[in-house]
Amino acid sequence: MRRFELTPEQDQLQRAARGFAEKRLPVAHLRGLRDSHDPLRLSRALWREMAHLGWAGIAVDEAHGGAGLGLLELGLVMEELGRTLAPTPLLATSVIGATALAAGGEAVRAHLPALAAGERLVALAFEEERRFAPYTCRTTAHHASGGGWVIDGEKVFVLDGPAADLLVVVARVSGEPTDRNGLVVFAIDRATVGVDLQPLSMVDSRGVARIRFSSVAVPSADVLGEPGKGADLLDRLLSRATAALCAEMLGASDAVFHATIEYLKQRHQFGVAIGSFQALKHRAAHMFCELELTRSVVRAALVAIDRASPDAETLVSAAKARASDTFLLTSSEAVQMHGGIGVTDDLDIGLFYKRARVCDLTLGSSAYHRDRFARLGTGS
Amino acid sequence: MSRSASDEEFRAEVRAWLQANCPASMRTPFLPGDEVWGGRRRTFPSDDARIWFERAVERGFTVPSWPKEYGGAGLSREQARILDHEMRAMGCRSPLISFGIWMLAPVLMEYATDEQKAEHLPAIARGEIRWCQGYSEPGSGSDLASLATRAVLHGDHYVVDGAKVWTSHADQSDWMFCLVRTDAEGPKHDGISFLLIDMTTPGITTRPIPLISGSSPFCETRFDGVRVPARNLVGREGGGWQIAKKLLEHERSIISVMRDRAPEEAESLPAMLKRCGDASLRDRVIQAELDFLCNRLTLERTAEAAKAGRGPGAASSMFKLYGTELNKRRKELRVELAGYQGLGWEAPGFEPGELQITREWLRSRANSIEGGTSEIQLHIIAKRVPGLPD
Ligand SMILES: Cc1cc2nc3c(=O)[nH]c(=O)nc-3n(C[C@H](O)[C@H](O)[C@H](O)COP(=O)(O)OP(=O)(O)OC[C@H]3O[C@@H](n4cnc5c(N)ncnc54)[C@H](O)[C@@H]3O)c2cc1C
Repeated sequence: MRRFELTPEQDQLQRAARGFAEKRLPVAHLRGLRDSHDPLRLSRALWREMAHLGWAGIAVDEAHGGAGLGLLELGLVMEELGRTLAPTPLLATSVIGATALAAGGEAVRAHLPALAAGERLVALAFEEERRFAPYTCRTTAHHASGGGWVIDGEKVFVLDGPAADLLVVVARVSGEPTDRNGLVVFAIDRATVGVDLQPLSMVDSRGVARIRFSSVAVPSADVLGEPGKGADLLDRLLSRATAALCAEMLGASDAVFHATIEYLKQRHQFGVAIGSFQALKHRAAHMFCELELTRSVVRAALVAIDRASPDAETLVSAAKARASDTFLLTSSEAVQMHGGIGVTDDLDIGLFYKRARVCDLTLGSSAYHRDRFARLGTGS
Repeated sequence: MSRSASDEEFRAEVRAWLQANCPASMRTPFLPGDEVWGGRRRTFPSDDARIWFERAVERGFTVPSWPKEYGGAGLSREQARILDHEMRAMGCRSPLISFGIWMLAPVLMEYATDEQKAEHLPAIARGEIRWCQGYSEPGSGSDLASLATRAVLHGDHYVVDGAKVWTSHADQSDWMFCLVRTDAEGPKHDGISFLLIDMTTPGITTRPIPLISGSSPFCETRFDGVRVPARNLVGREGGGWQIAKKLLEHERSIISVMRDRAPEEAESLPAMLKRCGDASLRDRVIQAELDFLCNRLTLERTAEAAKAGRGPGAASSMFKLYGTELNKRRKELRVELAGYQGLGWEAPGFEPGELQITREWLRSRANSIEGGTSEIQLHIIAKRVPGLPD
């Protein structure tokens, strides 16, 4: 079975996403949100437009108002959004949120149509450390005397937290703080009493929050999956999210690479285009190769998840390690090859470079995923 | 090694002087924005900074080895080394940060007339005049010799027209040392002259350009019919390129050593590694530490050779290249070690020290571009590798 060639429908979807990103979500959009200190760091109006195009609910089943498509399709849209550094809720809401809510009972799944309509945004609150450590959880969940649960704790680095209506929260029912066992996942309304959200100003200008939960009461109906086995769901969310983030990084790397190539052709020094200097030309060729390898492994990871292939996790880690490195390489070379103008805020290059650093540390750095790749077995 | 009794006396004397005159708060690492740059519009982050500046100026310790007539302390090489050592040991801040001292003064000493020296050197030593560097232009960066800012002699004045770019602190500076084209006909290197320009002259405008690190230290500088007295030409007309290159050597040496002396991070890389506990970063931290050591040893070895009369030459390019690339690596590692807390842009939610990690990492990206890019340093070094064809 082919895994790299797109169907005509997929191809069309990708083109549509590219057109939308270029027209409605150019890099200037991110700058605008940054410079106006927008508290949400994304536009809900534009998200509704994307919902109309069918992208908010792209992976939601048709019974709940979605398009019932796969992670590959989501990845194609992510890739195009990555080209313009578009800050949208696609990752947090449509990749993670949709999968999480689908694992809940009827009450929770009832949010899905609103999610697909672009009216409900979701964020996953699971991290408590300064770096990716998915199971480390000191946030506690206790049975409340009158039924339901009570949550206490603090989460950091909640992506798209500031705009979220609904929080998918990981808490601990038993075990030690770093145990994989003993976790439980909830869907909690952002407006619930005891939820205190602090938006953070990040170097890549994206929306991130720190969230405190103080004696937050949650009905039993809002538990996702089985209490104590929350890590099974969390793993699924994280591997889908990681693959989707890789697609974004691929798009961003490709865009920043092409901007650099354009500059190498256009900028003249010593009477010739700087792209004619071997010192730069060979590095451009090297980046081109890295990008090609990244394109393959990212696509393979997305498809493997859709097909539930046994090597899916191995491919996800390979993709993250590779995409992180490629994005860091292409964006840092872009800065250097632009010379003085490359370190100015007048150019978009710096925004790509900042995003690359954040993406690397998001959902596990390239070193983390190389290690995970090794632990999973190298898949060859 | 035997030290002369008078050197030991000198050591005791400066130690006591520093104890008595360097305020306690000036014996701590710099915080961002704490540097004293001098100039007509000089500002001080604190009273202590002003006191320390004034006392150092008085004693000639902003430029310890310069002759007294130019505002220095007239120290011998060995005495200057002792002072430097004592200041480091006590953690004293530099009382004055100055392009004038670092870059311009060495070439003035070598090429300027006695009148020019008398006019400019004492004002540099005393931090009264702040200088900026007008080399790069929109069309001339790495290919600096292609610069096009014109200076045409009319009687006893040059009339300057053109644009400079990336001029660090142009908007804060009183004077600029500037490369101008006085001859557009012959070989490009021979038509360049080195001109000193008062920034208050009519026709000069500056526009700050923001950097990715958030600050706006550099500017676009435009010249429209700017009249500069011909006596502000340093060296001969058309002889500017040689001076320009000499100055760049000084600049590169400074950029590389500055990294070494940089208010070294509150917490060392190994300490950060220990606290963060991410074993995957261990090897890179060790590599950075090891390279740092080797680089420092090479600096020391080169300094000893220089003392024996073997000059900097390609060494300044080598240290510029290696020092800045290493600094970029170290600053980026700090972000990785700090994790999510190293990715903040503004408070709340981040400590000042954490935000500094982010900003310094971004600022370090310019190190391998300013003062000549890494690629250009590699070219220069390659030319010196014996036997390598051109
Ligand atoms: C923070 C900062 C402060 C600065 N301060 C000052 C200042 O005070 N005064 C001043 O005059 N200038 C200043 N500069 C300018 C600096 O000197 C130039 O940016 C630098 O020389 C590079 O020139 P450019 O920006 O035009 O890049 P370009 O020369 O256009 O270079 C673009 C890319 O091409 C590469 N390249 C160019 N030629 C070759 C070649 N032959 N072989 C291989 N690669 C090549 C470069 O290495 C670079 O990667 C500053 C720059 C920065 C970033």
